[in-house]
Amino acid sequence: MQMTQSQKILAAHAGKKSVAAGDLIMAGLDLVLGNDITAPVAINEYRKHGAGCVFDCQKIALVMDHFTPNKDIKAAEQTKQVRDFAREKGIEHYYDTGEVGVEHCLLPEKGLVVAGDLVIGADSHTCTYGALGAFSTGVGSTDMAVGMAHGKAWFKVPKAMQFRLHGKLRKWVSGKDVILHIIGKTGVDGALYKSMEYCGEGVANLSMDDRLCICNMAIEAGAKNGIFPVDEQTLEYIAAHSKRKPQVYEADPDAEYESVTDINLDEVPCTVAFPHLPSNTRTFDDMPEVRIDQVVIGSCTNGRLSDLQVAAEILKGRKVHKDVRTLIIPGTQKIYLDALKLGLLEIFVNAGCAVSTPTCGPCLGGHMGILAAGERALATTNRNFVGRMGHPSSEVYLGSPAVAAATALNGIITEPAGL
Amino acid sequence: MAITGKVIRYGDNVDTDVIIPARYLNSSDPKELAAHCMEDLDKTFVDRVRPGDIMVGGQNFGCGSSREHAPIAIKASGIACVVAKSFARIFYRNAINTGLPIVEFDGEIDEGDQLEIDFEKGLLKNLSKGSEGNFPPFPEFLQKIIAAGGLFKAMEEPL
Repeated sequence: MQMTQSQKILAAHAGKKSVAAGDLIMAGLDLVLGNDITAPVAINEYRKHGAGCVFDCQKIALVMDHFTPNKDIKAAEQTKQVRDFAREKGIEHYYDTGEVGVEHCLLPEKGLVVAGDLVIGADSHTCTYGALGAFSTGVGSTDMAVGMAHGKAWFKVPKAMQFRLHGKLRKWVSGKDVILHIIGKTGVDGALYKSMEYCGEGVANLSMDDRLCICNMAIEAGAKNGIFPVDEQTLEYIAAHSKRKPQVYEADPDAEYESVTDINLDEVPCTVAFPHLPSNTRTFDDMPEVRIDQVVIGSCTNGRLSDLQVAAEILKGRKVHKDVRTLIIPGTQKIYLDALKLGLLEIFVNAGCAVSTPTCGPCLGGHMGILAAGERALATTNRNFVGRMGHPSSEVYLGSPAVAAATALNGIITEPAGL
Repeated sequence: MAITGKVIRYGDNVDTDVIIPARYLNSSDPKELAAHCMEDLDKTFVDRVRPGDIMVGGQNFGCGSSREHAPIAIKASGIACVVAKSFARIFYRNAINTGLPIVEFDGEIDEGDQLEIDFEKGLLKNLSKGSEGNFPPFPEFLQKIIAAGGLFKAMEEPL
């Protein structure tokens, strides 16, 4: 039986020689993730069923990143509930204000995910870790609770779509543009229940940050997971961040794909998703003049060091437009510190940006940058649904850090190459 | 088991952000969540929904965030079942895990129609239009989870 990379990881974790698309399997987990919004619901469920010890106190990550620093009393109660649970169960990887980062920036950096892992997270962007060659997918709180208790989850083995990448991205074009370009073509449910598997010689030309960004938004095409092959760059990244040994799974040469798409990275343009779907994409040869009130650079999609470096390159020695509130949110404390050492934070502050502690905050309309009625934001985040960043009549446009920085300078959606 | 209810209808890609906006996720209390269900898409929903009503969507119902608060809010608002042409996969899992009945069905259904849904027979009747159609039953594996009263209980027995 020829298998895709995703299917091989699922088979290995289900103790099976092979699996086929459509099989329903029970598989062992390497990591179970939850955050300050989803973990409380999971803990309620956990306690309701009188579950005792967790399956492995090293293999659960509880990341307090969404409404932290606690935005109000209710949010504070929720993190307290998770903190108490983590202490009671001896869960090692509990991250709170001061240590916390945006979960999908934090976990790879902490080395908690390596190639070959099977990971579930009660957060839809858990698919990010496919960049490391892991099978990783978002679930709900009950799945998380059962995962914490039993170390297992059920999966329907997915079919796959293959994306063959060729060439190299042009200046100012990034992984964000690649994934928006793909979602613009597939639609928000074009990959429903499926794996998005990447391959081709172009992979080597994508940084780990680009790959993490591309896998992060697999869910916006409806996919179960996104996954990259493991190459030297992946192994170097894992060796630099984790003590665990990666397990490399490669797709069989004759593995079955529902579709195969060739993408020439050289031809991918800077791409922006208009309200209110990530698939509603436009490029700059067809860009109306859209005035922007707020720019957000950060999130689990684009809060990594290279994202901040690109933004700083554009903002250095310049001032953001007087009508644009510009928020810079480093994804983790380490990224914050690295940005500080590299002088990026000084560039941002001098340009008139607000630099925030790591948080998901505005991305989900939680706090730290909410939009008023009718306001528009250009954000490097991943969703632009109705009301996502604030008032239901506000609008979110999704773009790369380069487009975001250029837009912050001009006050209208701007292509970085034209500056 | 069969249920009968009146349709409240929405379109494609109903996302979990409009089912229950994130600003209300500082609570996991079903009643509090239900009080804001669908608020950003349909401000009238909370006032007009009646226990036993059936929510109908198009393609990709429940896309977006993994928040289990979404099926919890829908269920607590009194909705007896969600019928959609297709469901986003995390919402599908969450609905099964939280005991919100869902049906994948592609047929003509309008706002206010009266539906009768027989889960065992896999039969959906549109009483207002005098039409009917079948929908596929859940795989046996998932039926065991539903029959056991949820995933946690099902895990106590080997699946």
